[in-house]
Amino acid sequence: MYFNVFGEKVSRRRYKEMCEAAKNRRELIAAGLTSRRDLFKMGLLTASGMLVAKSGLSARAYGQTQTNNPPSSGGTNTSPGTNQNCVPGNQTASPPTRAFISPLPIIPLARTVSALSPTPTENPNTAAGEVRAAPFQAPQIDSTRFPVVPATLYKFTQKQFTTSGMSPDLPAQTLWGFDDGTGPRSPGPTYQAFYGRPQLTRNVNALPNINQVNNTGFGMPSVSTHLHNAHNPSESDGNPCDFYPAGHFCDQYYPNVLAGFNSDHAPNGDISESLSTLWYHDHRIDFTSQNTYKGLAGFYCLFNQFDTGSDQTGFRLPSFPQHDIPLMFNDKVFDPTTGQLVFDLFNLDGILGDKFLVNGVIQPFLNVEPRRYRFRMLDTGPSRFYEFFLTGNVGGAGSPTTNPYFLIGTDGNLIPNPIQVQSVRIGPAERVDVIIDFSKFAGKTLYLENRLNQLNGQGPAAVDSQLAPQNSSTTECSGVLNSANQGAIKPAGAGDLILKFNVSGTACIDNSVDPATNPSFYQLPSTTATPRIVRTFKFDRLNGQWSINGQFMDCNQFRFAVQQNSAEHWLLTNLTGDWTHPVHIHLEEHQIMNRNRVAPTVPTDLGRKDVTQLHPNERVELFFRFRDWLGKYPIHCHNVVHEDHAMMALWHVVPQGDNVAVP
Amino acid sequence: MPDVSRRKFLGLTAAAPLAAMALAKGAAAETAKVWPTVTEESARRRLQQLNLPNLPLVTHEGKRVLFYDDLVKDKAVSFNFFFANCDEVCPLVMANLARVQKLLGNQVGRKFFMYSLTLKPEEDTVEVLRHHRAMYGAGPGWTFLTGKPDDMEKLRRAIGFSYPDPAIDKDKTQHIGNVRYGNEPLMYWSACPGMAHPNFIAESLAWMIHPDQSRVQAS
Ligand SMILES: [Cu+2]
Repeated sequence: MYFNVFGEKVSRRRYKEMCEAAKNRRELIAAGLTSRRDLFKMGLLTASGMLVAKSGLSARAYGQTQTNNPPSSGGTNTSPGTNQNCVPGNQTASPPTRAFISPLPIIPLARTVSALSPTPTENPNTAAGEVRAAPFQAPQIDSTRFPVVPATLYKFTQKQFTTSGMSPDLPAQTLWGFDDGTGPRSPGPTYQAFYGRPQLTRNVNALPNINQVNNTGFGMPSVSTHLHNAHNPSESDGNPCDFYPAGHFCDQYYPNVLAGFNSDHAPNGDISESLSTLWYHDHRIDFTSQNTYKGLAGFYCLFNQFDTGSDQTGFRLPSFPQHDIPLMFNDKVFDPTTGQLVFDLFNLDGILGDKFLVNGVIQPFLNVEPRRYRFRMLDTGPSRFYEFFLTGNVGGAGSPTTNPYFLIGTDGNLIPNPIQVQSVRIGPAERVDVIIDFSKFAGKTLYLENRLNQLNGQGPAAVDSQLAPQNSSTTECSGVLNSANQGAIKPAGAGDLILKFNVSGTACIDNSVDPATNPSFYQLPSTTATPRIVRTFKFDRLNGQWSINGQFMDCNQFRFAVQQNSAEHWLLTNLTGDWTHPVHIHLEEHQIMNRNRVAPTVPTDLGRKDVTQLHPNERVELFFRFRDWLGKYPIHCHNVVHEDHAMMALWHVVPQGDNVAVP
Repeated sequence: MPDVSRRKFLGLTAAAPLAAMALAKGAAAETAKVWPTVTEESARRRLQQLNLPNLPLVTHEGKRVLFYDDLVKDKAVSFNFFFANCDEVCPLVMANLARVQKLLGNQVGRKFFMYSLTLKPEEDTVEVLRHHRAMYGAGPGWTFLTGKPDDMEKLRRAIGFSYPDPAIDKDKTQHIGNVRYGNEPLMYWSACPGMAHPNFIAESLAWMIHPDQSRVQAS
């Protein structure tokens, strides 16, 4: 079976033509032959303007010769590189890979080390090669609770490595990953962290330096590792503007402490601010998309006395890691000729892949028992949104079935009570925790299916009733694939089948809580506090340049100053017409107060969030409380291609905040 | 420049074990697929073919040059698009770049090469380019370029200065004001807004000259 980039089935002949077209285009460019005159000289263009019937010269031309239309002037839509989104036939698909023949990798837990040499120091150990912006804040607050050298230590070394694990139908791939001492891997090892147990990670950059073996075509071996969603002191947050090359390291202090511990809920913090599913990823300014795509990402699961990791205690959620499984989703592109992972370095809009990976493997399967599982689902992008359905009866008699499951967490933070859903939608950097009960599917096969229609980096192709009207300004696209005439959600079984569940027929014991009994988790923190200030952030595009309030990312400028231990409202507004921006804010979670002045209704909008999808023509009001830590943090779009092209702003927390309403 | 030291490592690429593994895996698949060997040079060539076409251009001095061979190969570079008769974004970006060149000092022309390419080759003749360049006080190492309209259009798309929406893409008043920067031999590429603060544009470009430097920003 052969597919184009949009997953549409194409014939073998058509596929060969697409490959030929790509090759021809490369040759034409190499030869500088792209004008009509050149084509004419080469005998490829007839006097009447028709491309001669040399099959495969251009997929677009092919379509036009079929319909007897003359090709447009040279160059349009047949050029290589970026922005081919309007022309599905113009981009060859990745090589074919077989689905559901490789097991889902269960990411191993990170291994601690007993000591680090040299011993971590409160001030950056510059002499030893450490690159850190400031001394650790936590030991300065309480050196007994937060000793400079905590009992739990990790050494994560970032390395280049090769793996043939992505698919048996592809050659070995060169990736960047994290090595906790057991060998480099991607996704990186999963942290199993606990509230009340501070820890320190030494992040060592041992990627190829500028004098070593190549990066295979993309990636910048200069890093800053961010712990996404953590209530962390700024010097350990992994700021995009603090980065270091191979041969250097940064000690990052993770206090694992609840928000409010040093302010309104001293000394232990607000239990309603408990976090559970965090992730870490490279955040190097301007190069985040490439570096995470190349593998620099992993999970950080945080537990406490309620969310214990055991189905015998606390909330009795399925036990970690046996029945509580982190799933990292991303989409990638492979060169059809070499089979190698590729990244479009020259794209400004967003990148979509045609291969769907879970935990580093293309379309894996997972054998499950007929019982409840907790899945922590993370979309690492670069630019794709997913709407996950649990689909059964694929390929059987009758239609595929859509089966409900339970949402228990948004961005990895448990919501007050489980909500039964038919599907959940997540964008880049968002997480959801779900419980799937396989007990009534013993002996059957189910799929996690993405049924969301997305054609390009702009975001989901069309809207559903929950979203504001979307402008469709497509012109040349309209005859091919028009966002206006495509439904937002594909029919069951017609989407991307990403993960296959083979449910065992053998009954088993399940001690975990049944979400259908409506158990309670944490209550939502109050949002009634009067904000000290309301700030507005306009997400826009000015002459192709992604901007916030008409300005661009600048590492040397703090755009505004938040007052420590104060509440604020932020208004995110989207002026970019038909783009969805997943907006992420570091340090503190937020709650969505309203979308276009209407209280949110979508289940994934109801909990605590660290990323909010900002849809076209929307104004979203967020509630924040900035507590405990001081220092610098960013707000940015987490479509990492937008982020890398300056849709970001730095701000900082200081004892006395400013009154800049439009930073 | 790193390309000198890189040469001695050419023999050390992961190509050989990669190819061997590919063969073993290919045999296991239904169709015995033999993947071509991938090397540092082939990865670099792929980028060249897709994004850095070797098109003939003309400089503001009337010199004929090839885009890849003469302007990009083995260099750290920046690109932006403009046209002389532009009164919207271009003057802001070009004035910024003039400041960037001053900030980078004598590295420009030696370790870094700035290129400004016209969006209107029909209007922007060599003479217009030369005049326009003088207006911004551009020093050595900042080259203004024109070429055949088809070639300029090809180049614009190849190096990522186009919109996904063809209607917007045709509107030159909305043309993309970014500055793309890269280090060709090391295959590092990104871009920043041309309307950003010139200090930060200069800093971003300098990452391509000295990619092995660290950075911290105290708060
Ligand atoms: Cu965005």
